Amino acid sequence: MSSPAALFAAQFRRELTAALRSLQEALNPLVFLFLAITLFALGVGVEPQTLGRYAPGIIWVLVLLSNLLALEGLFRRDFDDGTLEQLVLLGQPLFLPVLAKVAAQWCLTGLAMTLLAPLAALLLYLPAEALGVTLLTLLTGSPALSLFGAVGAALTVGLRRGGVLLALLILPLYVPTLIFGAGAITLAMAGVDVSAQIYLLTAISMLSVTVAPFAVQAALRISLEQS
Amino acid sequence: MPGALLTVAGLSCARDGRVLFDALDLSLRAGGGLELRGPNGSGKSTLLRAVAGLYPDYTGTIETAESLYLGHRPGIGALLTAEENLVWYAALRPGGEAVSEALARVGMTGYERVVCQHMSAGQQRRVALARLLVCPARLWLLDEPLTALDAAGQDLVRGLIETQRQAGGAVLCATHQPLALADAGVLTLGPAA
Amino acid sequence: MTVKELWHKLGSPRWFYGISRPLGLVLGVLAFGLLLTGTVWGLLFAPADYQQGNSFRIIYVHVPTAIVAQSVYMLMGAAGVVLLVWRMKMADIVLKTAVPFGMTMTALALFTGAVWGKPTWGAWWVWDARTTSMLVLLFLYFGLYALRQAIPRQETAGRACAVLAVVGVINIPIIKYSVDWWLTLHQGATFKLTEAPAMPAEMWLPLLVNVLGIYCLFGVTLIGRMRAEIVEREQGTQWVRELVTGSVAGGSGS
Repeated sequence: MSSPAALFAAQFRRELTAALRSLQEALNPLVFLFLAITLFALGVGVEPQTLGRYAPGIIWVLVLLSNLLALEGLFRRDFDDGTLEQLVLLGQPLFLPVLAKVAAQWCLTGLAMTLLAPLAALLLYLPAEALGVTLLTLLTGSPALSLFGAVGAALTVGLRRGGVLLALLILPLYVPTLIFGAGAITLAMAGVDVSAQIYLLTAISMLSVTVAPFAVQAALRISLEQS
Repeated sequence: MPGALLTVAGLSCARDGRVLFDALDLSLRAGGGLELRGPNGSGKSTLLRAVAGLYPDYTGTIETAESLYLGHRPGIGALLTAEENLVWYAALRPGGEAVSEALARVGMTGYERVVCQHMSAGQQRRVALARLLVCPARLWLLDEPLTALDAAGQDLVRGLIETQRQAGGAVLCATHQPLALADAGVLTLGPAA
Repeated sequence: MTVKELWHKLGSPRWFYGISRPLGLVLGVLAFGLLLTGTVWGLLFAPADYQQGNSFRIIYVHVPTAIVAQSVYMLMGAAGVVLLVWRMKMADIVLKTAVPFGMTMTALALFTGAVWGKPTWGAWWVWDARTTSMLVLLFLYFGLYALRQAIPRQETAGRACAVLAVVGVINIPIIKYSVDWWLTLHQGATFKLTEAPAMPAEMWLPLLVNVLGIYCLFGVTLIGRMRAEIVEREQGTQWVRELVTGSVAGGSGS
C-alpha cells in the first residue's frame, strides 16, 4: 500500500498529464466564461454604471455555470474506459485519489478562473478597488464549487445525458457560495470591510473538503453498480 | 475453507427481475482455475463483478483474497502512455513486477512512450494485461480476456494464466471461446435446461 | 417491544404493511378532524389581524405547508442515512414516496405565500428570506425526483437519492443562513414577510391545530403510497401473492 502522499501525488500527476494532452477540452469552460460575459455585455448594455454594478453577480454566476460544464467530464472519461472501477477497487483509501482528481480539476477551473478574473473584471467594468476582493472570493469559494460539483458528477456519471441533471442537482448547493461571493464584492465596491464573508467562503470550502470526498466515494460506487 | 483464495457460499442474485443464480457455491484454492461459461446475459459478468466487489446486490457470502479484476473495459487511460498507465497502477498497489518487465512479458517493449489512444485495440488489451503483472494479486477475475486479441495474444493470455496458477494464484475467468486450461473446472451459468 | 425489536420490525415491509391499514385509518381520521377544525377556526373564527385585516388568514394554510415541507426533507435525509448505513429497504421506500408530497407542499407554500403577498404588500412575488429558501428547497426536491427518474435500476436509484438527500440536508442550514444574510444586504431593514409577530392564543391555536393536521395528512398519504410501493416491490414474495389473489390455496400456476 502506498503512502497517502504518494497515492495523492500519483493521481494528481495522472490527471494533469491527461489534461495537458487534451488541452482543448480543458480550455472550453474558460472560453465559455468569456463568451457568456460577452453575451451579458450585449444583453444588458454597456454603460459603465449598469454593467459595473452587476459585475459581481455576473462574474460569479458565470463562474458557477462554467464550472458545471467542466464537471461533466470529471469522471466521464475514466468511467467509460474502465479506469474508474479500477480506482475504486485498488485505490484505498479512496478519498485521497478522489481529492487529487478534484484538486487537479480545480487547477484548471477555479484556479484558472481566478487568474483570469482581472480580464473578466476589465470586460465588465468592475471597479479596480474591488478587484482584490474579487480574486479572494473566487480563490476561497471555488474549491467548494469543485467539491460539491464532484458529488453531482459522481452521481450522474453512469447516466447518458447527465449534463442538465447535473446542473439541477448541484446549483442549489452553490447558492451559499454565490451569495457570499457576489455579496462580498458588492460590499467591497461600497467600501465595506468583507473579511467576514471571506471567512465564510473559506469555511464553506473547508466543509466541502471534509464532506464531499465521502459523498463522492459513495456516489462513485453507486454509479459503478449500474454497468 | 481455510487457505482458499475464493469462497462463495449460497450466492443468490437477481437482476432486472430475472434470477441469475440461486444458492451458488464455489471455491478456488491455490493453483485453481475455473471457467465461467454461458450465453449472453446469463450472469457471468455479474458474478465476476460481485466477487470483485463492484456489485453489491446479492445474498450469500463472498470471501476473497487480494484480487485483480479485468473487465470488459480495459482500464487503460487513452490519453496516457503505456508507461504512465502502469506507473499509476503500481502506485495504487505496489509490489508487482517492474513496468518495463511487465511490458516485455506482454510483448509491448518499445511502446512505453506511446499514448494509448494511438494503439490498436489489441495493443491496448496487452497493456491492460500488463497491469496484472504490475499489481500483485492472488486471485485474478477475468471477463472475456481473449477479446480483441489475435492468436498470439490469446496464447499470451493462456500463458499468463498458467504462470499465475503455478505461482500459487487462482483464476476465475468468464469466456465465450474455450480457454483450454489444464486441470480447470467449468461452471456453466444460465437457465436450467 | 424494545427499541431494537421495533427497529427490526420497521425494516420489514410485510410487518409494516400489516400495521399500515389501522395506522393509516387513525391518521386519516385525525388529519381530517384536525385540518377541518383548524381551517374553519382560522378562516372564520379567529380574530382578524388589525394590520392586515382578513388576508393574513392565509397563514393557516401557508405556515403548516412551509413547516412540513422542510421537515419532510429532514426526514428524507434521515432515511437516506438509514439506507446507506443499514441498507434497509424500507428506508428507500420512505425516501421515494415522501418526495412528491414534500414537493407539493413546497409549491403550495410558495403559492400561498404569493396569495398572501398580493393583498398585503401589492406584489405576487417578493424575494425575501423565507420565499427564497423555499424556492431553493423546491429545487432540491426536484433534484431528488429527477435523479430517481433518471436511474433505471431501483436499488441504485435509491442509494443515489440517499446520497443526494444527505448532502442536501447538510447544506440546507447553510443555504438558509446565506439567504438570510443576503436579504439584509439587499433589502435593508424591511419587514419579514412570513414572520408573524407575537400572536394571541386565539390566533396561534388554530395554526397549531393545522400544523398537526398537516403532519397527520403527510402520514396518511405516505402510508398510502408506501403500501402501493411495498406491494409492487415485493410482488415476488409469497405473502404478496396471497394478498393479491386473496387465498392461500392459490389457483393453478401464476
